[in-house]
Amino acid sequence: MTILEPLVSFSMITVTSDLQRWRLPDGVEEILPESAKRLEHLRRAITDLHFSYGFDLVMPPMIEFLDSLLTGSGEFLDLQTFKLVDQLSGRTMGVRADMTPQVARIDGHRLDGETINRLFYLGTVLRTKPEQAGGTRTPLQFGAELYGHKGIESDLEIIHLMLDTLDLVKIPELTLDLGHVGVYRALVQYAGLAEDAEAKLFNALQRKSMPEITDLLASWGITTQSRVMLEALPELNGDVTMLAHAREVLGDAGTAVTDCLDTLQDIHAALHQRSSMINLHFDLAELRGYSYHTGVLFAAYADGASEELARGGRYDDIGAAFGQARAATGYSADLKQLAKLQADESPAELQQSIFVETPTAPGASEAMADLRKQNIRVVAQLPGSGLTPASTGCTGQLVNRQNQWVVESV
Amino acid sequence: MAQPLTIALSKGRIFKETLPLLAGADIVPAKDPEQSRELVIGSNHPDIRFLILRASDVPVYVQYGGADIGVVGKDVLMEHGGEGLYEPLDLQIACCRLMVAGRDGSLLESSQRLRIATKYVKCTEQYFASRSRQVEVIKLYGSMEIAPVTGLADLIVDVVDSGATLRANGLVPLEHIADISSRLIVNRASMKTNHARISDLIQSLKQTIRDSNSV
Repeated sequence: MTILEPLVSFSMITVTSDLQRWRLPDGVEEILPESAKRLEHLRRAITDLHFSYGFDLVMPPMIEFLDSLLTGSGEFLDLQTFKLVDQLSGRTMGVRADMTPQVARIDGHRLDGETINRLFYLGTVLRTKPEQAGGTRTPLQFGAELYGHKGIESDLEIIHLMLDTLDLVKIPELTLDLGHVGVYRALVQYAGLAEDAEAKLFNALQRKSMPEITDLLASWGITTQSRVMLEALPELNGDVTMLAHAREVLGDAGTAVTDCLDTLQDIHAALHQRSSMINLHFDLAELRGYSYHTGVLFAAYADGASEELARGGRYDDIGAAFGQARAATGYSADLKQLAKLQADESPAELQQSIFVETPTAPGASEAMADLRKQNIRVVAQLPGSGLTPASTGCTGQLVNRQNQWVVESV
Repeated sequence: MAQPLTIALSKGRIFKETLPLLAGADIVPAKDPEQSRELVIGSNHPDIRFLILRASDVPVYVQYGGADIGVVGKDVLMEHGGEGLYEPLDLQIACCRLMVAGRDGSLLESSQRLRIATKYVKCTEQYFASRSRQVEVIKLYGSMEIAPVTGLADLIVDVVDSGATLRANGLVPLEHIADISSRLIVNRASMKTNHARISDLIQSLKQTIRDSNSV
């Protein structure tokens, strides 16, 4: 018997040698003190904001049985989920790649389903592939979900909460992209497209590939009316004036479409007060998360960034697999991505820092404890370490002047 | 005040054939990339610039927002996958065909597992999978035509214009995979955050293409 060996061991290069123990896997990063301080500051502000809107924090588990993790609207997550075998039960477990289905289960199974539940969550998720090449596989996902209300009021509450969250990050130019999956659904139904035809059209529509869309529609025996409407869809985007144009072009498809347009119009009106601060953009062919969304879709973009900062929408019926179908709307974002955007803010400004050269001198420990109670960061000298206020990020120091411990700036 | 716009192009045929279309939208590059070593080139507008890239890098730059829009062959786009991109317009320039070619067609009739040399690995796998054929794909970066001659591969998949290179190396085109032309691609986020400017440009390009077709 011969054991197969590679002729040339290129694989040796990737095997962890003693020299490369520091290496992290692709898309897995650690956050160092300066960035971590900013991130934590932002995390607290975001948590407080969600509490102020009446959202309650829930903490779903990091890992659970795969079938519950992927139940219901979660199938699309299958490829994104890391799997392992539970040695206690022999069942396959998954590490969460998205917390939204977990939170839906908590609403559908563990909480009172007769009332409104406003839930907030924040935690690391793990993904087999980054959403963009070179991106992270361990986003620090947070989001808010509102269960039990069907209507524009709850969608607006989530949109306002999402925009207020982004205000904390101080994004100078923000674009809010709004869409509604109901428009496309109604047009597909009106045209009577079969499932595989619909899948092809959906794929071309995601890329706004006009040449392909035109060819596909011409190859199917659908009415001219349907063809004209579906062909117009990828170009129905722009500011609010587009909605009036869409009403003319898509009017034949009936109330199923015009109801969606009404909803978007109402959201525009309700966001009017904010609209001086943000740029509102509508796109009726935007169908991200089409497999589970049922209504309004929204996403926020910063100028010059190629990824959206936060996204969400309505996804009624998500809890059906866990006991009860519930109206639901929510949004989510990656805290690490947002924290990077406020990188210009110096961490020193976030919290006052005081250095103590003689922490063991009589009375020093009491003075330090007083400062710490006032939420001031106090850094003590250690013998022989040669720390300075500058090297520890301190703007002041605690000194003894005539038997009084006082803070002086440095 | 309009936002700045970055346009990614590749040197050579695509650059030359895109220029008249952009001129229709009153956008003219400040320099000829064949004459200059600069890779970032200004234009007659202070806020519009060009990036000169390798063709296969154009979709990558546009996807990550390094450029707002770009012009790229459908062959390169299919190989890239088009993720995160809009491809709203067929510019109908730099036209050719993506084809299977070989010394003769007899190998395609046989049931043996074929080795295919190509730089279009994804397109080749998809094409043969759609014909229910298991193939071995060998990734090459150029001069594919030599692969069947030297026995490296049985067949090749490549873009064919006049077919002169194939003939010169003793190959014949065998199967047609797709018609190729250049597409305008747009970054998803730019389409939303810089909508007015980009949609105006698309409309203008569309008009220029329509006019040149009707001549």
